[in-house]
Amino acid sequence: MNGTDFEPRIVGFLCNWCTYSAADTAGVSRLEQPPNVDIIRVMCTGRVDPVFVLKAFREGADGVIVSGCHPPGDCHYGEGNYKTFRRMPLLEALLQQYGIEEERFHWGWISGAEAPKWAQLVRDFTEQVRELGPLNWKRELESKED
Amino acid sequence: MATLIIDGQEVHAEEGQTILEVARENGIEIPTLCSHPLLEPYGACRLCTVEVIRRGRSKLQTSCTHPAWDGLEVKTRSPAVIEARKTILELMLSRCPNVPVIQDLAREYGVTEPPFPAEDPDEKCILCGLCVRTCHELVKADVLHFAESGVERKVGPPFMEKTRQCIGCGACTIMCPTGAIEILLEDAEVYKEKPLGPTSAIWVPSMQAVPRVPVIDMDACIRFRQNDRTNGEIVDACGACQMLCEADAVNFEQEDEIIELDVGAIVVATGFEMWDPVQLSQYSYGRSPNIITGMEFERLSNAGGITGGEILTAEGKKPERVAIIHCVGSRDHNAHPYCSRICCMYSLKQAHLVRDKTDAEVYEFYMDMRTFGKAYEEFYERIQEEDVTFVRGRGAEVDVLPDGKLRVKGEDADLGRMVHADVDMVVLSTAIEAPHDADQVASLFGLSRSEDGFFAEAHPKLRPVETNTEGVFLAGTAQGPKDVPDTVGHAGAAASMTLALLDKGEVTISPQVAVVDEKLCSACKTCISLCPYTAISFIEEDNVARVNEALCKGCGTCVAACPAGAITARHFTDRQILAQIEGLFRLPAEETEAEAAVEVSVAEAEGVRS
Repeated sequence: MNGTDFEPRIVGFLCNWCTYSAADTAGVSRLEQPPNVDIIRVMCTGRVDPVFVLKAFREGADGVIVSGCHPPGDCHYGEGNYKTFRRMPLLEALLQQYGIEEERFHWGWISGAEAPKWAQLVRDFTEQVRELGPLNWKRELESKED
Repeated sequence: MATLIIDGQEVHAEEGQTILEVARENGIEIPTLCSHPLLEPYGACRLCTVEVIRRGRSKLQTSCTHPAWDGLEVKTRSPAVIEARKTILELMLSRCPNVPVIQDLAREYGVTEPPFPAEDPDEKCILCGLCVRTCHELVKADVLHFAESGVERKVGPPFMEKTRQCIGCGACTIMCPTGAIEILLEDAEVYKEKPLGPTSAIWVPSMQAVPRVPVIDMDACIRFRQNDRTNGEIVDACGACQMLCEADAVNFEQEDEIIELDVGAIVVATGFEMWDPVQLSQYSYGRSPNIITGMEFERLSNAGGITGGEILTAEGKKPERVAIIHCVGSRDHNAHPYCSRICCMYSLKQAHLVRDKTDAEVYEFYMDMRTFGKAYEEFYERIQEEDVTFVRGRGAEVDVLPDGKLRVKGEDADLGRMVHADVDMVVLSTAIEAPHDADQVASLFGLSRSEDGFFAEAHPKLRPVETNTEGVFLAGTAQGPKDVPDTVGHAGAAASMTLALLDKGEVTISPQVAVVDEKLCSACKTCISLCPYTAISFIEEDNVARVNEALCKGCGTCVAACPAGAITARHFTDRQILAQIEGLFRLPAEETEAEAAVEVSVAEAEGVRS
């Protein structure tokens, strides 16, 4: 598979209150975005266990997005996003040790009012992952298992 | 209680009252220039002279200073009194020949010409000392005094020089019966009246408010200013409102207080602010007093406003031409991209008011006329019949011409060319925007805000008054621009939502809560410090953590953190989420087959058609 007809698979873990509603608004507003991101809704990015991100890569994702509410103050639960803020850098370091490029993992903040920002992120991130090419982590892991 | 006879009428007086006070209470008119009910009598102008007959002996006395003793007989219009007042007025008119109030009084007493030539025809001061007493007794600034004596006597500050003691309150100018005192606004210390703002320090913010209670502007009130200026040395300045209030309702001690309430529901109805048109300099707001906002126009045309409801330019004249510019700050990507929704209708109403109250020509510069409400279109049609000129196109620019006139430029999209109108007054229909501190209110109540800055409702169509925080509702323009009927409807909905919540007597909580599997819990207490709601407590006797389901909001932070994997988020369990991830990557094969099937059938169908 070469760069041109490669369609990356991206998993997005979005918090229910901010980025998920931004993604919803982006859809309702018919903002143009590639169909490469599959969204999994969580109530808060604080719920995102680093295992979920690893699992997504393990199952064949080429990129992962974790996005929630802007700190400070936007979080529906007060400080759930701060937990994310502390966990994600650790996860980033871990992913690099596994040989996963940091460009394949994005974590950040998009509020419910920022539908265009979400659409832009989907466009940019899809292109970024497309340029990196497929991760093939699943195949490699499976070949090692055999 | 004393009984006396005034002009043949038997009247009663309280202890300590003067003849003038008793006469006024009984509707007997006595002319006077130097007396004021709030100030000590002084007997300077002598106009209140009356004939007082006591024990058969008659004397001319000033009624403002003479006590109303028992058994007095008073004549206020006897020939001797008239003659005395005439002499007084002749002398007054000789000193101040050009003061209207003296001219009128003199004419009333048959004096048309001053008997002596005036030394200074511009003299206005009659040396009654009302200003001196005001400054001393009320304002307590003691700026004004009498100086010199005899013919040299005059009133002014010490050595007739500027003094920092003067706070520029203007009480002396208001009190002066002959208009002899002028206030010159010089520096920031002097209170500058807002152009179309309140006209005094005590005022009623909204005449329609219930209860209609006045408030004191502490920045303008003489009492508070004197108190601030002297660091509390003068605490009892003025207080005229307190002295005059018969209900004894004025309370200077009142302060802001914080009241804590336990409530079950909150309605956020924090409203809007008017956008400041200074931000778009092409409208020249602030460069001419005749460029005003729609809100200022309302103040101008309000019967309780400074002009008594007359529509006048800053020069005090009726305007001959008025331009109203729509969408100033609305539907404009340099300000607010949204439509403020109320401006079209209030602009039309203001056009109607101008046509109704003056003969001015009215030009409405508009982009689109948004008459969305019930009977709004009909009102628009009515205004079209009132000879208002409608120019379709945003007013692009307002120029202040050298002669003070205003030139409004814009494109008339219907004619397809640039047009301009030279007018006397420009009304800018400015946008409404979220209050400047909406972000603080949002974080206080856990609200989110939509792109326009207003608070976001839980769902744009299905849950327009609820927010993402349970028990917090939105009403009115806090949620977005609304006109009055929409606001009332929205607020009614918010009120019934709160009633429905409170009436039930119990709260339905979300099933999305965390639960601890006590067999797996290792009692590390990691979760307890993470919970933003203190919903997790550690049960010492069982040596486990336990979640209070009524407090838990289901964010799942503890679930992700639990090293033992003992906490589960109901409806967002690890198994569910991991299965979703697995499911995502199992889909493509099936999808491709299905898509291929569709493609085949489409191709077949097309083949049949061709």
